[in-house]
Amino acid sequence: MEVCGSSNVSLREFGCEQSLLSRPDGSSSFVQGDTSVMAGVYGPAEVKVSKEIYDRAILEVLIQPKVGLPSVRERSQEQCVRETCEASLLLSLHPRSSLTLILQVLHDDGSLLSCCLNAACMALMDAGLPMSCLFCGVTCAITAEGEIITDPTAAQEKESRALMTFAIDSAERRVMMSSTKGSFSVHELQQCIAVSQKASEKIFQFYRDSVKRRYSKTH
Amino acid sequence: MAAGFKTAEPLEYHRSFLKENCRPDGRELSEFRTTTLNIGSISTADGSALVKMGNTTIICGIKAVKAPEDVPNVDLPPLCSSRFRPGPPGEQAQAASQFIADVIERCDRLLYILLSFHQMYLCWVLYCDIMCLDYDGNILDACIIALLAALKNTQLPEITINKETCTPEVNPAKRCGLHIHKHPVGASFCIFDGSILIVDPTAEEESLSTSQLTVVTDEAGRLCSLHKPGGTSLSGEKLQECISRATARQREIQKLIDKVIQSVKTAQ
Repeated sequence: MEVCGSSNVSLREFGCEQSLLSRPDGSSSFVQGDTSVMAGVYGPAEVKVSKEIYDRAILEVLIQPKVGLPSVRERSQEQCVRETCEASLLLSLHPRSSLTLILQVLHDDGSLLSCCLNAACMALMDAGLPMSCLFCGVTCAITAEGEIITDPTAAQEKESRALMTFAIDSAERRVMMSSTKGSFSVHELQQCIAVSQKASEKIFQFYRDSVKRRYSKTH
Repeated sequence: MAAGFKTAEPLEYHRSFLKENCRPDGRELSEFRTTTLNIGSISTADGSALVKMGNTTIICGIKAVKAPEDVPNVDLPPLCSSRFRPGPPGEQAQAASQFIADVIERCDRLLYILLSFHQMYLCWVLYCDIMCLDYDGNILDACIIALLAALKNTQLPEITINKETCTPEVNPAKRCGLHIHKHPVGASFCIFDGSILIVDPTAEEESLSTSQLTVVTDEAGRLCSLHKPGGTSLSGEKLQECISRATARQREIQKLIDKVIQSVKTAQ
């Protein structure tokens, strides 16, 4: 299990494990502080004729909450994760096929959507699916005093005035996905984007290190 | 011949227009479709509004119930477009419902009418139902405008406490409106081929775009929501452009809503 300590952009301790499940083509588990998500990827596989697209693969995302059945909130999170993955995967290499990504929330202590995105990216890498770039998720919360906290816990999220989750791509460090709640000014938005881009560097370095370590062990 | 080209190669058809900096329906890249607003059309609801943006038609109804959650429900029935099948709400409808809920949740712009008498607190719960009658792209903007107009149009019956039985009584004859503090208005954009930004996409443009973005601003210039569900990445300057266009749109729509509410008041 890889572990990386928190640093001056104050991300919580995060860790990741790949290939932990035997059935899916790719799987991973991503832990950020106390928030933990497990991801499994199946594909490219057969697709129903009603759903198939002639020139590219179709991606389905399912997010299962820890307790209860998936609700409206999970559906909107699924839409965000799916469109981010579709933009970074090279889907036209697998026409008329389906890719299924399943995310299971093991524990939610804040920054859930960004933990899901990170777990999804690691699982897609583990499955060996061709991607044009990697992506990572970063959550920022703005407190009532105007302070910006990255990777907030559930308690910090509740007290915050605004909460934003961004998906940053690894090629040009631009914003691929954005989902916000609460009101904030344009200046605060730009500050949060800059902070998220800085935090994403750490996460991408972590992806690199963990994959390097894994492959140097087996061969 | 153009119709054949459009069916066979829809992306090339749109690209040939974008090269000349215009769109198939004759609009500029940064032009919104004409928006019309009609309020109070549903008599059985406490507040209602009908919004038409080009062909996209959205209707919103509000029902007030005296009980101890304001959950807007967006419905995309098969009536509005062939892409929706009958059955439980699909992902797009649910994602739209969650988006609207997030926009108004932290907006704290509704004044709930609270009565305290003998340590008894009551409040109204408003049930909002938003239904799409015709789907031609950009439903999120239209839903927000419809919800805002319907809330401004809502008249709640007055509550008095009956002194003898000490229970609250509803007086349906006298009605008072809601106080709305903030007016969030959305502007949707979509990105073609990773670089060309167009405003207020139609359904065809949405299906061909590589990325979509909705910016919701209120009258103080603050952002209520920046919703970009994935897709190709966006640079800082384009984002700034979108935000300024959204602020301009907010002022236009606020004027439109105020004008319509005013004309209804003077007509009564």
